[in-house]
Parts: sequence; C-alpha cells; structure tokens
Amino acid sequence: MDFNATLIGEMISFAILIWFCVHFIWPHINKAIEERQIKIAEGLNAAERAHAELKSADVKVAAEIKVARQQASEIIDKAQQQANQIIDKARGEAITEINRLKASAQDDIASMAQRARDQLREQVGALAVQGASKIVQREVDASTHKALLDQLAAEI
Amino acid sequence: MASESGGLTEYIQHHLTHLRPQASPEGFWAVHIDSITVSLVLGVLFCLLFWLKARKATAGVPGKGQAFVELVLEFVDGQVKDVFHGDRRFLGPLALTVFVWVFLMNAMDLLPVDLLPWITQKFGVGHFRAVPTADINMTFAMSLTIFVLIIFYSFKAKGAGGYMHELFTAPFGAHPLLWIPNFLLNVVELLSKPVSLAMRLFGNMYAGELVFMLIAGLFSAGAGLAGWALYGAGIIGYTVWGLFHILIIGIQAFIFMVLTIVYISMAHDHH
Repeated sequence: MDFNATLIGEMISFAILIWFCVHFIWPHINKAIEERQIKIAEGLNAAERAHAELKSADVKVAAEIKVARQQASEIIDKAQQQANQIIDKARGEAITEINRLKASAQDDIASMAQRARDQLREQVGALAVQGASKIVQREVDASTHKALLDQLAAEI
Repeated sequence: MASESGGLTEYIQHHLTHLRPQASPEGFWAVHIDSITVSLVLGVLFCLLFWLKARKATAGVPGKGQAFVELVLEFVDGQVKDVFHGDRRFLGPLALTVFVWVFLMNAMDLLPVDLLPWITQKFGVGHFRAVPTADINMTFAMSLTIFVLIIFYSFKAKGAGGYMHELFTAPFGAHPLLWIPNFLLNVVELLSKPVSLAMRLFGNMYAGELVFMLIAGLFSAGAGLAGWALYGAGIIGYTVWGLFHILIIGIQAFIFMVLTIVYISMAHDHH
C-alpha cells in the first residue's frame, strides 16, 4: 500500500473526465435519444390514427357501395319500366297506323271499284245505244235521247 | 527447485513494481507513471470515442457506433433511474464515466501480462504495470473523488444545518446523550464508503493480475517433457482464467458504478 502523488493526479484526471462527460457527451447523446423517443411515439400515434381512419373509411365505403347498388337497381327498374312503356306505345302506334293504312286502302279499293263500275255503266249504255240503233236501223239522236240514256245508265 | 521458485518470486515482484521517475524512486513524489499513462490514454480514448459519436448524434436512424454509445448510455441511465429519483444531469454522466473508465482499465488485464512490459523494455523501461485499477492509488483516487461528491451533495441537499442535524441525531435519536454515538457511527459509515469502494476494486484486480502472473510462471517452470506439460497447463489455465476474468472485469465495473449511484443518491435522502 504505497500511497503517493499518483492519487492526486488520478483524482484530478477523474474530475476532468467527469466534467468532460457532463458537458460534451451525456447531453448530446441523451438529447438525440429523447428526440428519437418523441419521434417514435409520434410515429406510433400517427400509425394508430391512420389505422382508425382506414377503419372508418372502410365503413364509409361499404355504406356508399350499398347506396350505389340500391340506386343502380332503381335505375335498372326504371329503365325497364320505360322500355316497357316505349314498347307499348310503339305497339299502339303501329296498330293505329296499320288500321289507318287499311282504311285508306279500303277507301282506294272502294273508289276504284266505283270508278270501274261507272265506266262499265257508261260503256254498257253506249253499247246499248249502239245496239239499239243498229236494231232500229235508224240513228238515234243521242242528244234528244240523252236524258233517257242517262236514266238507263243510272238504272244499270 | 529453490532457484526456480526464486525465479518465479522475482518474476512476480518485478511485475508488481510500478514505473517510477528515476529521479525520486521513493517517497510521496514517486508517482506511478504507468498507472497514470494507461489510465489517461484510456480516459482520452473513452472521451474521444463517445464525444465523436455525441457530436454527430442524430434523432434519426443511428449508425452502429451511435447505437452502441446509446446502448451503453441507456444502460447506465437505466441503472441511475432505478436508484435515484431526481435530476440525472450530473449523476448520469458521472456513472457513465465511472463505468466505462473502470471497465476499460480493468480490461487491460486481458492483455498478456508480459506484453506491455516487454514492449516498454525495448524502450529501456524496466517496470510497467498495465492495469491501473490494480494500483491502490487509482482506486482510491476514484473513491475519494466520489467521497467528496457525497459530502458535497449531502450539504447541497440538506443544507449545512440539516446535514449536521442528521449526523448527530440519526440513526438512534435526538437525545443529547446520543449525539456522540450517532456522530461516531455516521463517521464510520461515511468513511467506510470510499474505503470499501476502493478496496473491493483494487483487491479484485490485484488478485486477478497475480493469478495471471502465477499462471504465466508455468510457461517457464521446467525443462524437458515435464516442462512442456506445464507449458500446456499454462495455456489452458491462462485461457480459462482469462475467460473468467472477462466476467470479473464487467462485474467490478458495474458494482463500482452502482455503488457510486447508491452512495450519491443516499446523500440526497433525508432521514
């Protein structure tokens, strides 16, 4: 056990080391650690918040999809109804058109038949007059007997 | 046989002699140059290593060096936090310095006992002890510095009056007849702190160094086949003791740090 001035020298150097550590080492590293702790805590918080937001967004999306699906089916229903209405209307219009065309065709037929009948009547009248004049060998004055011939034609 | 044992004794005595200035090899000013050199080199190494990392410390992703330094610091801070509930801005760095410095100085024991003396001998220096903590001056220097801090914080935490009151009235009571016994007990308790702190570390490291030397003595213990057998035993013994000593190095550094924390936090406590 030989104590000597080494003791004092080592005490001084120990004190200097402590001083150095207190001022230049500990505060810097401790600060970095504490800042990182805060950062990590913030990061974890943010992650948790994002997680919660995602969950609520999922719920919202599900609700919106449900609404959209409902709307889509409503639209489809309406479209089908409209299509049916259009078909019905088109059918009705077609039927009236057909009827109209049929009627006009019938009118045409009727008027043509009438005309043919009138022509036939006239021709028959003329033939009858020709025939009669040949029979009496005398020319019948068409103008004098016009009233008679018209009456005959009308009777035919 | 007698000459061999004499050789071993001489070998060990040679290794237990400190390097002293040639001008005054005796007396108070015979400083141990080896202890001072090694402890200062290691202290500067510690400061430099930690300071370089502290200077560039970022709160972002740390490098491996920074992570290591932070690991050590947080380990020490955790120990301080467990014992001391107050401002850790001084006690934390103090504990860190104690732990790392003592650890590094203890770790010098793991260098082969003959390595540093062999190197210094090349430069004409005959004696060189590599382990500063196996020098009682070193351990007492640390424990006395801590003792001063204990006194300082006792006064600071309790005030001069409060501390005096505690010295004379705790632990038995405030009766005037008990003042002297109280005071004597407190003085003994107070003085036992630096002594036990220094002697524990010194004893462990001195004994460890001595065992290394004894084992190293096996390397030159004999001639012929028996000598080679002892040489093998020396290698095995040195390895086993070295591995075991790694444990001692860490534990002693840890104990020194924890007791430092405990003593200084006790100085803050009111009785």
